[in-house]
Amino acid sequence: MNGKRQLGNRILLGLGFALMVAALYMVFIYAPTEKNTGIVQRIFYFHVPVAWVSFLAFFVTFVASILYLAKREMKWDAVACASAEVGVIFTTLVLLTGPIWAKAAWGIWWTWDARLTTSLVLWLIYIAYLLVRSLAPEADRSARYSAVIGIVGFIDVPIVFIAVNLWRTQHPSTIIFSGGLTGEMLQTLVVCIAAFTVLYILLVMQSAGLKRMEAAIQRLRSLQEE
Amino acid sequence: MENLGYLLAAYTVIWAVVFGYVFLMQRRQRQLQRQLDKLQKTAEK
Repeated sequence: MNGKRQLGNRILLGLGFALMVAALYMVFIYAPTEKNTGIVQRIFYFHVPVAWVSFLAFFVTFVASILYLAKREMKWDAVACASAEVGVIFTTLVLLTGPIWAKAAWGIWWTWDARLTTSLVLWLIYIAYLLVRSLAPEADRSARYSAVIGIVGFIDVPIVFIAVNLWRTQHPSTIIFSGGLTGEMLQTLVVCIAAFTVLYILLVMQSAGLKRMEAAIQRLRSLQEE
Repeated sequence: MENLGYLLAAYTVIWAVVFGYVFLMQRRQRQLQRQLDKLQKTAEK
């Protein structure tokens, strides 16, 4: 079982590496330069997948939190926490790469428009999730409190996604679904999304493994104290 | 090649954050492994 898992991990790692190399080749060599914004548009190929992965991460946290509250199994708490942690990392990247693009394209680093503001709120919600986990005195209470935040906090994800359609924003609309990308650009974006999705799975597996290890150490300690 | 600096900055930030996170996870794993070994030694005594 362990050998099969290790082989699976290696295959996933190899796939992730190959996809990331292909993504970088496509971003910098294969994809044509966009006419209006120029070379800086290439930030989009990593900015969008990073945003997609953060949505996916918080969705996984949402589902794992429900499963934890329903079954009270710590494995679901480990998955929820690991996914939230990776989600925060990726939302941080969204909030860092977005302003870099904005400065080049709009001439400003930040504006309080609906998409940007709801994204910042999303980041703050999951920072609160991680803070609650580190501040709660017992593992059980920490898991319960954070599961509630993991479920309620997910409400902001669809709001971030539809913000560009609900309100008039400076942020570009979802051009992927409206056919605003040429063939090569769309292919590049798809490969980048695949690469970041595999990276997300690898990071969550690693982080969830650490959470399980922490829980095992805690159990051993309490057994020794008894 | 206008705005090349912004492009490089964006990709540098992405890789710096991802590698930083992986580094922190590896450090945590080493710490936990040491704790686990210590607990195992105490249990064997």
